[in-house]
Amino acid sequence: MSVPRPEVAELIAVRGGSAASARFRLWLTAWIAVTLLLTGGSLIVGTSSIETSLGWLLSPDAQSSVVLWQIRLPRTVGAWFAGALLGLAGGIAQGVFRNPLAEPYLLGTASGAALGVTLSLLAADTAIGGLAWAGQLGLTGAACVGACAAILLTIMLSRGVLETAGLLLSGIVIAFLMSALTSLLLLTRPEMWRVMQVFLLGSTGFIGWSSALLLGIVFLVCLVPSTLFARGLDALTLGDDTAQSLGLSLPWLRLTLLGVVTLATAAAVGQIGIVGFVGLVAPHLVRQTLKVNHRQLLIGAPLCGGALLQGADLLSRWIIRPAELPVGAVTACIGGVYLVVLLWRRNRDA
Amino acid sequence: MPLDLAQCLGLAVCLGTLLGLCPAACRAAPLQLRDDLGREVRLAGPPQRIISLLPSLTETVCALGACDRLVATDRFSDFPAAVAALPKAGGLDDAEVELIVGLKPDLVLLSRSQRITDRLGELGIAAFALNSARYADIARDVTLLGTILGVPDRAAALNENIQTAVQAIGTQAREHAHGRSASVYFEVDRAPYAAGPSSFIGELLTRLGTHNIVTADLGEFPKLNPEYVVRHDPDVIFIAAADAAHLADRPGWSEIRAVKERRLCSFARDVDDMIVRPGPRVPAGMQALADCLARVSP
Repeated sequence: MSVPRPEVAELIAVRGGSAASARFRLWLTAWIAVTLLLTGGSLIVGTSSIETSLGWLLSPDAQSSVVLWQIRLPRTVGAWFAGALLGLAGGIAQGVFRNPLAEPYLLGTASGAALGVTLSLLAADTAIGGLAWAGQLGLTGAACVGACAAILLTIMLSRGVLETAGLLLSGIVIAFLMSALTSLLLLTRPEMWRVMQVFLLGSTGFIGWSSALLLGIVFLVCLVPSTLFARGLDALTLGDDTAQSLGLSLPWLRLTLLGVVTLATAAAVGQIGIVGFVGLVAPHLVRQTLKVNHRQLLIGAPLCGGALLQGADLLSRWIIRPAELPVGAVTACIGGVYLVVLLWRRNRDA
Repeated sequence: MPLDLAQCLGLAVCLGTLLGLCPAACRAAPLQLRDDLGREVRLAGPPQRIISLLPSLTETVCALGACDRLVATDRFSDFPAAVAALPKAGGLDDAEVELIVGLKPDLVLLSRSQRITDRLGELGIAAFALNSARYADIARDVTLLGTILGVPDRAAALNENIQTAVQAIGTQAREHAHGRSASVYFEVDRAPYAAGPSSFIGELLTRLGTHNIVTADLGEFPKLNPEYVVRHDPDVIFIAAADAAHLADRPGWSEIRAVKERRLCSFARDVDDMIVRPGPRVPAGMQALADCLARVSP
């Protein structure tokens, strides 16, 4: 009989402890407050000075109301949902692979999305008959299709989802192959590089209400199965055999959760490009501050991810305003610094 | 100071060379010029086998009547038609060094790209780097290339032509505008990157009497917050044809005057080349800008 490992014992303890759940509620309230603060802040941060923006809020004219309610608000709401999707996907991926380094782009989604965008740009640029479908999808649709195609190929290559090591390896292989194909295609059209660069660094600049709404719907659709299957993830931390002996159907659990990761990542990448680090850092941010089970993690990680991307979006338009930094570069800076501090503290404590 | 044997021999060879042992090819005076990477480049005489790695430089060489001295170009050089048949030596950042060396050029013209310049230097091939980002660089590049190619008079005449044409187009455009100055936004790509007033395109737009919504302090090609364009509400937008159709889909952009009243300028690729290449065809590119402005300006 296997003895539960310490973190599992903690997991079980957390589920019962009312003090811990009170702490979780406090934590949730704090992050919701941060989100509301950032949302308010993003209304007054843009190409105008803060005084001007405050003046607009008090007495809006035709143009300023467009800027406030058609540009700044949907942008920050959309950024939150995109960050939340990445945080959720990251939390699930780390649970499914039982690896703290897992992230949403692990199974080749990012490379697949980039390839989709490249094909779509090529199709728009040249009248290649066979690529007409990619042109009609637009960049957003093409990125989504590309991301989904990459995951499907990964799962096919590893012949299912039973063995996580094989799945990870297939993901890496597919990612490399698709990146190589993207590079080869771009070599023939160097003028597309700049558009690709924007996509690769991520951009929240053109999120309108329709994008924000789409991201919101996808988020809700993803959140429901995630919280339902969270207990399965808890069981999975005990190992495949134990989880199976508890009556779990591992293939279905993994397939559903990977489906959620795919949908969440594809939607986010399609709308804002490849924004790195949010999906990796958000779950760590939760675990660093709280002892959580997976249900709490999958509620906490989206909150952190959303606030993180919202904050990064705010900084990207603030630092060199009225020009703008790529939001992916800002998240990479924040996330990178955070991970460095995390590692440094761990080494110091050890 | 006594000279040793080697120095004496060297001196003798040099004197011998100067005193008429030299073949016809090096009769022209040797040149020593400083390029835009700050390097002293020595040339024995006007180069006869040239490789150009920048379309604007290719066009300038040809406009100076030296098209037949080109032995290869970069893959983007497509004007004049005569250069289409030449071997293509890749692009500036992925130039095909082996092909370049095999063609035995006596000069490679390129823009400020340290890596390829260093590599060519190691291989003993003369390379001359020219910065051609600003309007003023056009005249300077023409003069420099005139000196290098040994055709300074042609260079002076070409500069005169360009300057006269640009001035005439500018004057005509301003007269046509009757003192109104249209505010313009030139989108380089959909990030959106804009052309600022200090960029080459920005300077042409200023000469056409327009007012760029991007201020000079933002730099040549700033990546704008899209909100900036909505707030500055330009009269005319210059944009790639593929993006023009979807402008109203961008959040808030349907309120921009240029979008509402369809005051948009897009150009075919060959016209676009004339506009964005700081070379001898700049009057033609400027004329295309002026024609569209005259058509759509309020």
